[in-house]
Amino acid sequence: MAYSDKVLDHYSHPRNVGAMDKSSADVGTGLVGAPECGDVMKLQIKVNPTTNVIEDAKFKTFGCGSAIASSSLATEWVKGKTIDEALEIKNTEIVKELALPPVKIHCSVLAEDAIRAAIGDWKKKQEAIKGAPVATPVHAD
Amino acid sequence: MTTPNAAVPNAAILDQTVTAEGVKLPVYMDNHATTPVDPRVLDEMLPYFREKFGNSASRNHPFGWAAEEGVEQARERIAKLIGATAKEIIFTSGATESNNLAIKGIAEMYREKGNHIITQVTEHKAVLDTCKHLEKLGYRVTYLPVAKDGLIDLEELKRAIDDKTILVSIMAASNEIGVLQPIAEIGAICHERGVIFHTDAVQAVGKIPIDVNKMNIDILSITAHKLYGPKGVGALYVRRKNPRVQISAQIDGGGHERGMRSGTLNVPGIVGLGKACEICMNDMAEDTKRILALRKRLYDKIMGALDECYVNGSMEHRLPGNMNISFAYVEGESLLMGINDVAVSSGSACTSATLEPSYVLKALGAGDDLAHSSIRFGLGRFNTEAEVDYVANKLIDTVTRLRELSPLYEMAKEGIDLKTVKWAAEPAH
Repeated sequence: MAYSDKVLDHYSHPRNVGAMDKSSADVGTGLVGAPECGDVMKLQIKVNPTTNVIEDAKFKTFGCGSAIASSSLATEWVKGKTIDEALEIKNTEIVKELALPPVKIHCSVLAEDAIRAAIGDWKKKQEAIKGAPVATPVHAD
Repeated sequence: MTTPNAAVPNAAILDQTVTAEGVKLPVYMDNHATTPVDPRVLDEMLPYFREKFGNSASRNHPFGWAAEEGVEQARERIAKLIGATAKEIIFTSGATESNNLAIKGIAEMYREKGNHIITQVTEHKAVLDTCKHLEKLGYRVTYLPVAKDGLIDLEELKRAIDDKTILVSIMAASNEIGVLQPIAEIGAICHERGVIFHTDAVQAVGKIPIDVNKMNIDILSITAHKLYGPKGVGALYVRRKNPRVQISAQIDGGGHERGMRSGTLNVPGIVGLGKACEICMNDMAEDTKRILALRKRLYDKIMGALDECYVNGSMEHRLPGNMNISFAYVEGESLLMGINDVAVSSGSACTSATLEPSYVLKALGAGDDLAHSSIRFGLGRFNTEAEVDYVANKLIDTVTRLRELSPLYEMAKEGIDLKTVKWAAEPAH
């Protein structure tokens, strides 16, 4: 199985591995996938409550090299973006950046799902704090 | 020395780098997939490519006679290894053909007597797919389950045999988990009930003692490339006495091999197979001792450094060179990526192209996630202690690193029972 240089790079030097405090008000946690499928991603974001900018991101992944690379790249890309900008990230962009073969496209989809799940979790927390509904992320297919 | 976990470029395959400890990379530890040709085997084969190139069926000139001599000597050597007579050995293109010939050959020949075949769920695809084919033709096949240790239940076998049973086919040793089935006991049961007993002994011949008479084996499959011989040649043992077993040829055209398998013989390959068998017979005790010690070294190092590693299949009834371990919370392909200057398998070699969870491990009752996390090591005649140390260290580093990356490991360490977690629905693969 041939891996692109970028996948190998992310695999050997993954960015932003780690964990944040789930209970913190500024942290959104997304957990997607399932062990039986061989792919589980946990992606966490720390959002500045005034500017809505994602200041930090961390990930952990159980999965193949392409899955690890996809989630590592996802944390790189969301950092510095606003929530709305992060929601624009498409899995096809991940596929292109990492040169994923067709059989590994689902890894990029899962990474996009992880970003949305993390944002969704953060938004729910903000709702609970402010007591007002926040628009839920639209899942663009 | 390569830094731990540095990704080796895809292209630099067999250019040999050597570590500071003298280990030639990449390390080959996948001897269940295939084995290197022993130099002594290659030496024995070469004349049959050069001067002795005749067709062994050419009766009328020295070229044919020389080739025939080589073939007959090989036949003797193979027979000796398994306690058979030379007349009972026929040559094929390998294990898959031997298994097809044995099972289809018996099924066709004994159709009048019955149409029931018994096998088991962890057999090699060459046996399982052949049985599926026969089911389409109207045969009834019973697939015996295996216990957690990978062994079949002899009582279940006894119960499964009925008056329409014409064949029992059970492998001597598993290619994936190395588990040794109770062949002698199975043979005794079949002999008593008058049912023909075939064993796919491809992984066992030359590694553990096999005696077709003591074990009541009626047909047996062999291939050269699992015992340090060349690829593309195998053999089938077909019993001639007590009882006399007959098989329907699957390939017609000239009636070679007593009418059981037509086609010009692969003389150099056969000579190689014969020599490989002779070497195995002479070196078996020594090789076994050494390989067992290497395996123990590998096992002790890994188990000493890592927690939550599970051996798949019985440790007691196992091929000396086989180790199959699941590393919880770490996915198999990412593990292979981290040790990619070591040749091993995740799941069986035959299924690794699809990376679907191994059907053999599933049959043992392992969950899909543990099946995904398994590595099969196949130690062989040419592996060294230094190689074992290199592999163990690399593996330990990689598993440790990947567990740091793993949300499952994190959750397990927090005391969460992963079986109780409701995982988010995800797109079907």
